[in-house]
Amino acid sequence: MAYGAAANAHDHHDHHPAGWRRWVYSTNHKDIGTLYLIVSILAAILGGGMSWYIRLELAQPGLQFITDNHFYNVLVTAHGLIMVFFVVMPALIGGFGNWIVPMMIGAPDMAFPRMNNISFWLLAAGFVLLLLSAIAGGGAGTGWTVYPPLSNVEYHPGTAVDFAILSLHVAGASSILGAINFIVTILNMRAPGMTMHRMPLFVWAILVTAFLLVLALPVLAGGLTMLLTDRNFGTAFFKTAGGGDPILWQHLFWFFGHPEVYIMIVPAFGIISHIVATFSRKPVFGYLGMAYAMVAIGFIGFVVWAHHMYTVGLDVNTRAYFVAATMVIAVPTGIKIFSWIATMWGGSIRFDTPMLWAVGFIFLFVVGGVTGVVLANAGVDMAFHDTYYVVAHFHYVLSLGAVFSMFAGFYYWIPKMTGKMYPETMGRIHFWLSFIGVNLLFFPQHFLGMAGMPRRIPDYPDAYAGWNMVSSIGALITAIGTVYFFIVIWRTFAAGKPAEANPWGAGATTLEWTVPSPAPFHTFEETPAIDTKGHH
Amino acid sequence: MAKSGRRNRVVALTLVGVVGGMVGLAFASVPLYRLFCQVTGYAGTPKTGADVTRTAPLVGDARSVTVEFDANIQRDVPWVFEPAQRRVTVRPGEPTLIFYRARNTSDKPVTGTATFNVTPYKAAQYFNKIACFCFTEQTLAAGQEVDMPVQFTVDPSILTDANTSTVHTLTLSYTFFLADPANPPAPKPTAARPAAKNAAAVGAGNS
Repeated sequence: MAYGAAANAHDHHDHHPAGWRRWVYSTNHKDIGTLYLIVSILAAILGGGMSWYIRLELAQPGLQFITDNHFYNVLVTAHGLIMVFFVVMPALIGGFGNWIVPMMIGAPDMAFPRMNNISFWLLAAGFVLLLLSAIAGGGAGTGWTVYPPLSNVEYHPGTAVDFAILSLHVAGASSILGAINFIVTILNMRAPGMTMHRMPLFVWAILVTAFLLVLALPVLAGGLTMLLTDRNFGTAFFKTAGGGDPILWQHLFWFFGHPEVYIMIVPAFGIISHIVATFSRKPVFGYLGMAYAMVAIGFIGFVVWAHHMYTVGLDVNTRAYFVAATMVIAVPTGIKIFSWIATMWGGSIRFDTPMLWAVGFIFLFVVGGVTGVVLANAGVDMAFHDTYYVVAHFHYVLSLGAVFSMFAGFYYWIPKMTGKMYPETMGRIHFWLSFIGVNLLFFPQHFLGMAGMPRRIPDYPDAYAGWNMVSSIGALITAIGTVYFFIVIWRTFAAGKPAEANPWGAGATTLEWTVPSPAPFHTFEETPAIDTKGHH
Repeated sequence: MAKSGRRNRVVALTLVGVVGGMVGLAFASVPLYRLFCQVTGYAGTPKTGADVTRTAPLVGDARSVTVEFDANIQRDVPWVFEPAQRRVTVRPGEPTLIFYRARNTSDKPVTGTATFNVTPYKAAQYFNKIACFCFTEQTLAAGQEVDMPVQFTVDPSILTDANTSTVHTLTLSYTFFLADPANPPAPKPTAARPAAKNAAAVGAGNS
């Protein structure tokens, strides 16, 4: 045990507003975290539903269910935007970050509780704007990258793209405020004795993520503003007719967009580190290497953006640089993978549900990472650009990687959040359904991509029919797994056994396991003592 | 407590400054990007301006380079636009004058602007335009035909750069757009009124 027992009864003045006021006016990091998780789950139902509709159409060649091609584009766009901005980010950063970070560092709450409230409600407003974009003006069929000239007013004359832009603006403002809150909290409000190099890895992960958000999102906001004025006020930032350049948008977008993918995966790294250590009953291997690997990934993530743009006509020297820089990311990522394996090595491993999801994450992330190294080669990417190979790659790292870490975090922390244990057998069934489903869903897409099947098109030649059907069957199994997840949630709340303060035993050493389960409304109003001799 | 509140505000305000700075950088990237393209010939941006008339000394047995000309117009520009000559063969360093020809096929004046680029991109930095009609608005009266001159030289350095050793042909491409896409070519207000009157008169006559 690294930290001295710190939990005394905190609930002696556990008063808080009741009813709707508790949630709408909430300044409590745990309640706001819960709200974020609820929004994430609701958005996931919507975004997931869209993806299953897409897979239904793609199960067979020809147009069966989605006969309007623009509507197909709208579905693809909305699926991407919802999953990135309203599922993964709210769950990993807003949800688990809010719930767990203050408890892990022994802080009573976030540094700016009221700003935390604004962050959440801005996100909710952004989600409403995104929904409006789907129903107003014919929907935005631009893809989540919103490239001009397709997103220019000539090709998307309705208000849909404007609503989507405003939605991203508002969601971006929400994330920036949240990120500032996290940085201030982590830098200034750690319990005495918890130096930076004693912080749990999830706190490191959220700190790195918050810095990425603060540096990357304003660039997206700037680019989106230019696009908005191009569309509505006659400017020509991205219009060739007025001397602008659509490629500039791609530079700005990917200068944000590449750090964005690390914004989605770095918190996952933090969660997985804790779970692997907990269920191996060993402290994480190479703590400092793990922490600084995340810092390095975040840093390098800002200088590799043009590997998304190999086909726009960059000269050979520029491409050579971006190939080399991109491949360098494999080094800190490899450090993390090997450190997780080394953490498990020789440990007394228990394959409870969170550990299953964590090991599943490591496997899937390695597959996605390896195809990422393949795609990093500019020459190879000329062939793979905009094919299903790319779709398979980023779904392995994000849809499977980040989402598996969300499920891992859910099963790991749900006893702390609700005070109830999830049903273990059901959790394992949920894992295996999902693991088989997603691999069947996305692995064949590598073959489709290598055979040249393009992304973002609802129809395809008969030659691609076989693997597409396999992929859609995988989507069906994943859908069944997801429905099963809601049954697991229901059984957890309805019949979950009461959880102890620390249900995971000696491996779980972070501070949140020292407070009772469910975590009381206020924790660590008196700062806990950190055993400065212990290790992480 | 007050002290920690102050510390929090300092960090938060610093971060707000960082956010503001990054927004500023995003907007600063627009002129910087343009400058970068012009300086390096990136993405096929040819060099323009006065100083490019200076050319490197010509090598005696220099190989010649073919320059081809390409002309495009956006669908909504009612012009015929084509190069007066498809290609010329030039010795690097030699100033060359060529013409593009544009004719307004509509019955109203139309104002257009042209963008341009040079392929292959890696050779664009050696294409020096001394005088051209790029980005200046060109107004053609109804039915008017004009010749638009382009004077250029090909920098002899193209012969010594290892990257361009295989480049024997450069293509200069122009695309004409409406100068004001928000207002597609329409009769001028003075001209519009009689037309509208005529239409009304025709309508009245029919009824």
